[in-house]
Amino acid sequence: MNYVPRKDDFEFVANRNLEIDLNFASQGYWKGVAIHFFKNRIAVAGSIIVSLIILFAIFAPILSSYDYHEIISVNDSTGKEIIARSLEPQIAGDSTDFFADKTFLFGTDDMGRDLWTRTWQGARVSLIIAFVAILIDMIIGTSYGLISGFFGGTVDNILQRFIEIIGSIPTLVIISILAIFMDKGIGLVIASLLITEWIGMSKIARAECLKIKEREYVLASRTLGAGSFHIIFKQILPNTIGPIITQVMFSIPVAIFTEAFLSFVGVGIVLPQCSLGSLIEAGFNNITVLPYQILPPISVLALLMLGFNLIGDGFREALAPKLEDM
Amino acid sequence: MTKYISKRILMSVLTLFLIIFVLFVLIRIVPGNPFPVERMSAEMILQKRAELGLDKPILIQFVDYMSLLLSGSFGNGTSLYNGAPIKPILLACLENSFKIGVLSILFGTIVGLFLGITAALHRGKFLDGVCTVVSILGVCIPSYVFMIFLQYFFSYKISFFPYFFDPSRFLFSAIMPSLSLSLFAIATVARFTRNEMIEVMNSDYVKLAESKGLYGFELMRRHVLRNALIPIVTVIAPLVVDLLTGAMVIEKIYGINGVGKLMVDAIAGDGIDYNYVLALGIVFSSLYIGIMLLLDILYGIIDPRIRLSAKEAA
Repeated sequence: MNYVPRKDDFEFVANRNLEIDLNFASQGYWKGVAIHFFKNRIAVAGSIIVSLIILFAIFAPILSSYDYHEIISVNDSTGKEIIARSLEPQIAGDSTDFFADKTFLFGTDDMGRDLWTRTWQGARVSLIIAFVAILIDMIIGTSYGLISGFFGGTVDNILQRFIEIIGSIPTLVIISILAIFMDKGIGLVIASLLITEWIGMSKIARAECLKIKEREYVLASRTLGAGSFHIIFKQILPNTIGPIITQVMFSIPVAIFTEAFLSFVGVGIVLPQCSLGSLIEAGFNNITVLPYQILPPISVLALLMLGFNLIGDGFREALAPKLEDM
Repeated sequence: MTKYISKRILMSVLTLFLIIFVLFVLIRIVPGNPFPVERMSAEMILQKRAELGLDKPILIQFVDYMSLLLSGSFGNGTSLYNGAPIKPILLACLENSFKIGVLSILFGTIVGLFLGITAALHRGKFLDGVCTVVSILGVCIPSYVFMIFLQYFFSYKISFFPYFFDPSRFLFSAIMPSLSLSLFAIATVARFTRNEMIEVMNSDYVKLAESKGLYGFELMRRHVLRNALIPIVTVIAPLVVDLLTGAMVIEKIYGINGVGKLMVDAIAGDGIDYNYVLALGIVFSSLYIGIMLLLDILYGIIDPRIRLSAKEAA
C-alpha cells in the first residue's frame, strides 16, 4: 500500500515561534559585504581613486580639444608651420609665444602632441587591456578550477599536473615565445596575460570548490537528480564568487603592470597608439632634459595600482569579517 | 625526508625536460626562416641549414641539442646575427644578474623582516603606521619607476652614484638597482611578517609560553618567529621569481649587462635571435624550477608537518 501525502501531514513552519537572529539573518550576503566594505575608509579611498581615473580615462580624451595622435601646430606671420614641441605645462594666456592661447595641462611631448590627452588615452588603453584579459582569465580559470575540484580523482590529477607544468614556465619565457609567433602590440600583451594569470584564479576556484562540494545542499541537489555541470555552475559557482572577485581585484594591477612593463621594453603597444607603459618609456628617454613628461603617466600608473590594491584588501576583509567587527 | 626530497627532485627534472622539449619544438616550427633571403641564394640557405643540422627531423635535432646542452654548451652555441658564441656572454651576464639578484633578495628580506617585526611589536603605534605606508608604497610603485626616480635624483641631479652601471665599482653601483628591485620584496615581506607575527602572538601556545615565564627574545625566537616564518618563506618564493621580470627593465634602464637585458635585446629588436631565446629560456626555466625546488625542500626543513604529510601521501 502506497503512502499518499495529505495536506494535514504538514505544518507551516512560520506558524512555529522560531528564534531568528534579526540583526544579521535579515541582511543579505552581499548587503553585508557592501556594509563592511564601505565602513572601511581605506577601501573607499581606493574606490574613489579608481573611479576618478576611470572617469578621466573615458571622458578626458573625448572632451579634449586635441586628438591623442594629433601633432599640434600653428602658422606664424610668414605662414611657416610651427609645431608645439616639448612645451612645459601651461594654461592659456600664461605665456607669450605662439601657443599663448592654448592650454596644455601636462605639456606636450617631443612630437608636439598634447600630453593631457595622451595620458588619459594611455590610461584607457591600459585599463581596457587589463579588464579584457582578466575577464577572460576569470572565466577560464574559474571553470578549470571548479571542474578540477569537483570531479577530483584522475581528472583532478591530470588537470593539476598540467597547471604545474604551465606554472613552472617563467613569464619571461612565455612572453619571448609569444614574441616569436605574434606581432608586437595589444594582442601580444593580452595573450601573455591570458596564459599567465588564469592559473592563480583556477587554484582559488579549486580550493573553494573542495570546501563547498561536501556541503549538504550539494548533496541535496544531487539527490534531486541534478547533473554535475548544473551543480558546478548553478550551485557551487555562486558561492565561490567572493574570493574570485578578490583575486580579480589583485590581478588587475598585475595586468596593468605587465602591460606597462611590456610596452616599456618595447614588445607592447606600438605607435601611434599609446599606453601608460609606452608613455613612461617616451618620458624616460627625455628624463634629463624634460622631466615633466614622465610625471603624468607614472602618477596615473602608481595611483591605479594603489587604488586596485586598496579595493582588493577592503574586499578581502569585507568577505571574511572577523567576529570582533560585528 | 630523503624520499620527499628525491621525489621533488625527480618531478623538477621531468618538468624541466618537458619545458625544454616544448621550447625547442616551438622554436623549430616557427614559420619563416632565420636567414636573410634577399642576401642568400636558395642553395646557400640549404647548405647553411645542413651545416646547422636544421634539415634533420626535429626529434633527432632535439637529441643532438640535449647532448650538447648536457656537455655544457648551448646548442649551436652562436648568436644567429653576429655569430658570436653564446656561452661566455651568457655566463658573464648571468654573473651580474645573479649578484644583483642575491643582493636585492638579502636586502628585501632583512629590511622587510625588520620592518614587519618592529610593526608587530608596536602594533597600532607610530612605527606600525610607518611600516604600513612603506608596504603600500612598495606594492603600488613598480620597481622600474622607483629606479627611474633614484637615477634622476641621485645620479643626474646630485651625481652621487654613477649614471650607468659601472662594473669596476660593482658594489657601489649595485646599490640603486638592488634597492629598487627589493622594494616590492620589502613591502610584501614586511606586511606578511607583521600579520603572521600578530596572529602567532595572539595564539594559545604563545600565551602558554608566556605564562610559563618565557619572555623577550627567547620567546620570539623559539615560538613566534619559527611559526611565523613558514608563511613568510611562501611569499619570498614568488618574489625571487618576480625579480627576474623586474630585473629585465632595471637592467635596461641602468645599462647593466645581465640576462634580462640580453632577453630584451633578443626579443625586442628588429629580428628575433632564436638561439638566444632558446638558451635564455632554458636558463630562466632552470633557475625558476631550481628555486622552487629549493624552497620546497626548505619548507620541509622548517615545518616537519609538511614532510610528514608528504610521506603519508607517498
